[in-house]
Amino acid sequence: MLIEIRKEPFNGYKEIEHYENNLGITGKFGATASFIGSMRDFNDGREIEKMFLEYYPKMTEKALSEISTTAKKKWDLIEILLLHRVGNISIGDHIVLVSVWSAHRKEAFEGCRFIMEELKSNAPFWKKEKTSIGENWVEKNTSGI
Amino acid sequence: MQVTIKYFASLRELMGESSRIINIDEKSSVDDIWQLLKDSKQVELDNVMATVNMEYVKNDKELKEGDEVAFFPPVTGG
Repeated sequence: MLIEIRKEPFNGYKEIEHYENNLGITGKFGATASFIGSMRDFNDGREIEKMFLEYYPKMTEKALSEISTTAKKKWDLIEILLLHRVGNISIGDHIVLVSVWSAHRKEAFEGCRFIMEELKSNAPFWKKEKTSIGENWVEKNTSGI
Repeated sequence: MQVTIKYFASLRELMGESSRIINIDEKSSVDDIWQLLKDSKQVELDNVMATVNMEYVKNDKELKEGDEVAFFPPVTGG
């Protein structure tokens, strides 16, 4: 299981490939489910230029670890990769990557979704958007269900 | 007794500081100290998330010496 807060841009697709190649679990899993969240250039009908992501050092990592551990047990996941950006984010940047490996697809789909939804509700991150008319904190996440 | 207070995001900007150490009465709860800290600001604890030592808690959670209490708005990661 790898959980990291990243201050620099990352490519989620390359991260998945790199992580899986180094796991040494070829043949041990039958399903991989991944979610990548990217930075949009619009929100609530407004054009967004940039974004800043604040977090609560140590608590954020702790929350992500607890969420992942719960998912690993509940869906018997073999492996989890969870990366989340903080700091200054540009349009198109990957913000979050959740990738899970399991024996079968049901566990992979459900475990991946659980991690994302729990992260959205409970992990201490806050987005501040910059538009042409100023900056504002995002007040709430959209529902994913 | 002393506890450390932390604020994040819009609440940090509203309070004008990111952290401070305060002296509080024994058996004070999270809600007790929020009433002191918010001063004249019209922000109710119902609209704020609170943690003690990095765990989410209810507003009536009783505090202990050395606790780290954080207040922040609803989270918006992912």
